[in-house]
Amino acid sequence: MNNKVQNNRAWLLVLPMLVLVAFSAIIPLMTVVNYSVQDVLGPNASFFTGTEWFRTMLNDPALHAAFGRQVAFSLIILAIQVPLGIGIALLMPKKGWQASAVLILITLPLLIPWNVVGSIWQIFTRNDIGLMGWSLSELGLDYNLTRNAGDAWFTIILMDVWHWTPLVAMLCYSGLRSIPEAYYQAARIDRASKWAVFRYIQLPKLTNVLVIAVLLRFMHSFMIYAEPFVLTGGGPGSSTTFLSQSLTTMAIGQQDLGPSAAFSIIYFLVILLVSWVFYTTIMHMQKDKNSQGGA
Amino acid sequence: MAYQIENTQQGEKYNTIFSKVPAAERRKRNSRSRLRKRILLGTYIVLLMLPIYWLLNMSLQTNSEILGSMTLWPQNLTFDNYIGIFTDSSWYMGYVNSILYVVMNMIITMLVALPAAYAFSRYKFIGDKHLFFWLLTNLMAPPAVFLLPYFQLYYSVGLFDTHIAVALAHCLFNIPLAIWILEGFMSSVPKEIDETAYIDGYSFPKFFVKIFIPMISSGIGVVLFFLFMFSWVELLLARTLTSTDAQPIGMIMTRTSTASGIDWGTLAAAGMLTIIPGILVVYFVRNHIAKGFALGRT
Repeated sequence: MNNKVQNNRAWLLVLPMLVLVAFSAIIPLMTVVNYSVQDVLGPNASFFTGTEWFRTMLNDPALHAAFGRQVAFSLIILAIQVPLGIGIALLMPKKGWQASAVLILITLPLLIPWNVVGSIWQIFTRNDIGLMGWSLSELGLDYNLTRNAGDAWFTIILMDVWHWTPLVAMLCYSGLRSIPEAYYQAARIDRASKWAVFRYIQLPKLTNVLVIAVLLRFMHSFMIYAEPFVLTGGGPGSSTTFLSQSLTTMAIGQQDLGPSAAFSIIYFLVILLVSWVFYTTIMHMQKDKNSQGGA
Repeated sequence: MAYQIENTQQGEKYNTIFSKVPAAERRKRNSRSRLRKRILLGTYIVLLMLPIYWLLNMSLQTNSEILGSMTLWPQNLTFDNYIGIFTDSSWYMGYVNSILYVVMNMIITMLVALPAAYAFSRYKFIGDKHLFFWLLTNLMAPPAVFLLPYFQLYYSVGLFDTHIAVALAHCLFNIPLAIWILEGFMSSVPKEIDETAYIDGYSFPKFFVKIFIPMISSGIGVVLFFLFMFSWVELLLARTLTSTDAQPIGMIMTRTSTASGIDWGTLAAAGMLTIIPGILVVYFVRNHIAKGFALGRT
């Protein structure tokens, strides 16, 4: 909105929030920065190391592998969840009790604690007591996610699609609901095909929510921790160890303060950078389109 | 697709004018495509519910039945797993702890986010855009990054293993999210309302509580839903900041695996019980939730 009033006393309204977020974000982040440039040997014994930890982390082959897996995972789930979410949103009823019922059922996976999601899928895919694992074994497939890296990947992606496609679907559904009925009537007069309606009416209206959806899904999938940790524990081997798990192992398990702090900062910066580049590119694309006089 | 379902009467009119296909044939096609949509959506929901059903199924069986044979529904229905959880205080306190810190987080976040979101939606002030962007970057911070500093920070100020510690830690992502959504809802309220209220002699706090908050109540409901959702499902921080007194249920669930094997029935029952609060919360906001998912911006 352009009609905002210039008033610096508004800072007073923001102040309580700022104090709280400073306590939960700035102070811890400063601690991390502090550790990343020091070698901490004991409570009073630490010396300045400069960028050494950063160089070590950037050249660590295990982290390169984890980073590669992380990127592959995020890209795969985005490629599945975004089209699937749009499709489901198009199928959802728009009013009546069915609409409420479908909304509640579809939102359900989003409200389950993440480690419980891991447990659910751990149970569901076990060969002896899980419906999916048992059925696959009965069909004669050699399905075993603790031994077979391919099966572990398949299961983790299936789990994430199960868990998070509802978010994309809900976002798209809310975008679709904001399209005025007159647009559809105009399309009907023009005898537009279903595909044309989707391509020129529904999809453009979905752009905004899809930007939010892709951003949220990218961020969350890049930070994924609890679900694969419970389901596979990062295995077999380290085939499903993603960045957050590498980091917690390093920070809590091995207590390597300096390296893990440097890793944290790189990790955070990568997410920030990708989100920022994605967001500004989309915004520029939209601006170009608008300046060309398009819809 | 969607337009064929709604306004069939009007559609009929256009169809008779513009379409060469007879109306009866057209109607048949419509109902066929509606049926296809129902079937596709139904299949998706069944697949979505299958893993949850399986959890429910196991929670109603004894361990010997679970391990004994493959049964699609409980042969001998038993509620022992649930009774076991509700009669053991070390179990049900996990739920109490989780609910306590989630509610605390919701209250704290709302108290600071409401005025801040109002400031962002109504005023220009020095550094407002930068501040807003910086807030959103907190949403992108992986909790794993903050694990160690949080532990040290809360330990040094004596908040370790308290509910308030987890509630404060979850503010990291919940406050930015709340401000983001509330700002969207608040910006859709016309500014003239504020101005009229001030002319009528309302002070800012009185206007805010008596007039403004009721106007965005659906937005507040949606925000509370999201705050609950993200605080309830998070475990990494909650687990690190607690040890015994404030342990979340997600952590207590790990006790089911012992040296003698995993207590599947109890694990499944405990998992089922973590889903129920979510169902209650989503039921209360079901009518506003679609708008809420678009962050109040559609």
